[in-house]
Amino acid sequence: MTQNNYSFAKLTNGRAVRLDTIPTIAFDGFRQAILDGVAYGQRVSAMFGDSTSQSDVTLLYVVMADDEQNQLYVGRTQIEGDQFPSLTPDCPQVHLFEREIAEQFGLKPIGHPWFKPVRYHHSKTSRDAWNRPSNQPILPGVGDFFQVGGDEVHEVAVGPVHAGIIEPGHFRFQCYGEQVFHLEIALGFQHRGVEQALIGGPNNRSIHYSETLAGDTTIAHATGYCQVLEALAHCQKTARAQMLRGVALELERLANHVGDLGAISGDVGFLPTASYCGRIRGDYLNMTALLCGSRFGRGMIRPGGVGFDIDDNRASELLRRLDKAEKDTTVAIKLLWDTPSVMARLENTGTLPKSIAIELGIVGPAARASDLPRDIRQDQPSGIFRFSHIPASTCDTGDAFGRAFVRWLEIQHSIQFIREQIGAIPAGSPLVKVGSLAAESFVATLNEGWRGEVCHIAITNQQGNFARYKIVDPSFHNWAALAYALRNQEISDFPLCNKSFNLSYCGHDL
Amino acid sequence: MTDKIIHILLLIVMPPLLLGVINKTKAWFAGRNGPPVLQSYYDIIKLLRKGMVISTTTTWIFIAGPVVTLAAVLLAGMLIPIGSFNSPIAFAGDLILFAYLFGLARFFTTAAAMDTGSPFEGMGSAREVTFACLSEPAMFFAFLVLAKLSGSLTLTHMLHGPAEGFSSAMAAPLILVSIGLFVVLLAETCRIPVDDPNTHLELTMIHEVMVLDHSGPLLGIILYSAAMKMFILGTVLLHIILPFQTRTMWINWPMFIIELLGLAIVIGIVESIMARLRMRHIPGLLIAALLFCGFGFILLVRYNQ
Repeated sequence: MTQNNYSFAKLTNGRAVRLDTIPTIAFDGFRQAILDGVAYGQRVSAMFGDSTSQSDVTLLYVVMADDEQNQLYVGRTQIEGDQFPSLTPDCPQVHLFEREIAEQFGLKPIGHPWFKPVRYHHSKTSRDAWNRPSNQPILPGVGDFFQVGGDEVHEVAVGPVHAGIIEPGHFRFQCYGEQVFHLEIALGFQHRGVEQALIGGPNNRSIHYSETLAGDTTIAHATGYCQVLEALAHCQKTARAQMLRGVALELERLANHVGDLGAISGDVGFLPTASYCGRIRGDYLNMTALLCGSRFGRGMIRPGGVGFDIDDNRASELLRRLDKAEKDTTVAIKLLWDTPSVMARLENTGTLPKSIAIELGIVGPAARASDLPRDIRQDQPSGIFRFSHIPASTCDTGDAFGRAFVRWLEIQHSIQFIREQIGAIPAGSPLVKVGSLAAESFVATLNEGWRGEVCHIAITNQQGNFARYKIVDPSFHNWAALAYALRNQEISDFPLCNKSFNLSYCGHDL
Repeated sequence: MTDKIIHILLLIVMPPLLLGVINKTKAWFAGRNGPPVLQSYYDIIKLLRKGMVISTTTTWIFIAGPVVTLAAVLLAGMLIPIGSFNSPIAFAGDLILFAYLFGLARFFTTAAAMDTGSPFEGMGSAREVTFACLSEPAMFFAFLVLAKLSGSLTLTHMLHGPAEGFSSAMAAPLILVSIGLFVVLLAETCRIPVDDPNTHLELTMIHEVMVLDHSGPLLGIILYSAAMKMFILGTVLLHIILPFQTRTMWINWPMFIIELLGLAIVIGIVESIMARLRMRHIPGLLIAALLFCGFGFILLVRYNQ
């Protein structure tokens, strides 16, 4: 079933190739290869533009993931002028990528059904897809929104300033009484220009940029960035370093999943689990701090390995804490499934059907809750996950319960994984030297962060510095799923649905 | 006279304590120390000393809302008897005034909310009045049962009815009515499973969302009248579920206070062990309360025939 994408270069996760091995094909072939790939069950991990020496020529890259075959397909095409035919009507999962390309390079995707900016900034070129004057500031969230008309229809706007301590984002609900017809999400308030700042690197700042792409996904993003460097420098990490990276990644997943389950519980007004999980999340964060001194894993992942080694004392202390936390977690979370009032609230709330999840290219626990067994640790494994497998946890309900339950399954798998790894620590140096980067090369790395696929892509120039750096946070794929899940739901269920996805604002806005 | 003074003092001083006890109970279930029991007093005093931010789109209704609400609730508190004592104000048919004082308070709260023009507050108002349509008849059925039982239309006599003794056949209607009234109490005072007083999520709120724009002293008044409403409805419920009293006044007052604090603990326990209902299911719960009170009345009427 994979007789397709012949025109694209075949890659594996985290392997650098010379840029000239990636074929530049005509747009029609490019378009057809993407559509064929998606029809065969591949998904678009990233699609992005890159400027060339000629100002009216832009390169479009696409990275397709074939999860069954453990392969990545990369292709590119040249766009001349200021427009190209949109793929979104035939392939909805690229809708946001096309808007991003339009915003960054001033290329209009002709036929895009809802053509709006993503992050509200000026383009890198002299063109602007919306013909906005370049001398005036662009205000985030200002622009067209869906509208519905008629009697008894009303509109509720939430944000960008929220009641809770969360990041800014604007949500607009088109409602009929309590029923939501449509939710439109406008983000971009957190745009920092990280991709742009990484260009010309790597330098001393780059690793810190990557650690702060999304504060709660520090390990996954830093791992993605370091794998990029290591692939470009053909650096061989030790088994010890890979194991410690895996442990840190799973600890990050544990802390966030437990925190999420607590927050979901809080949103339905169920006090016990909300309170316990709030504390237990801290226990997992402290285990990360035991590894590297930072509760959020800053400084743990470094190019060439890990910044902090583990010794026997800390290993046994980690296992001791893990046992205790596992007991507490089990008690706290089982309460959720055993309480009818909680289950009544979670079941059939914010359902995302499998077909829609496939169409929108959803990743991570949100996809797995819709019975889509996508998990980079299983499908495109790198590092320790090539040797120690964690099965993908799925649930077939697609509702808020599914998303909560998948988290619980993953918590159990992650705990078991950490216990196995810490029980048999391989010898070796935690850190090896990373040499200079290969010039004019391309690399894509995928990692399964706790929210889903974290994709880092780098293209180097003749000096071996970053000429283009592209980051796709799982939130970039998944915000559309939240909007879809809200259709025909009650507006009062929004906070619960939102929490069950728990997407990142800054990871999307970059 | 002493009774009346104690009545008024209790009505004015005690309500915030109930919130404190509920929060303490919830904290205990969550394994926390929780805020001091007197925290609600501190909060209200703090708010009363603060300044106010008033939106330029509002009119006098915005300010009148909380003030009228407090006045209405305070007056309603004068109409009910506390423990074994008579109410300061009593006349035949005062139950109608009692019910509609709550109606008046609700009207002004929702009007003040709509006055801001915020879609949140409009949404909250719509929810509040929708659910009130169901809790109000439940309360009336409960009163009908009590009126039938005591043969009086004065709240003091009606509520003292159960304490003056009743035949065993009356137990069933009274049990039904107390269940119904407990649900009404939870709904009217915005507790779980109907509303979550601690949530910060505007979209899920019912009562809290209507007062989002009120600040400072006005917010303090709103919190205070909400607590007083709980005190009053709790008192009404206690007459039915715990109709015991001694002949000594100096035992009856403390006994009432302990009973009411016990009720607050029960509310705290309910909040601690169950999740909120989905908004769509709240009318179901209130209809159940209405049916409990209604069936209580039917049973009573059948028995009397």
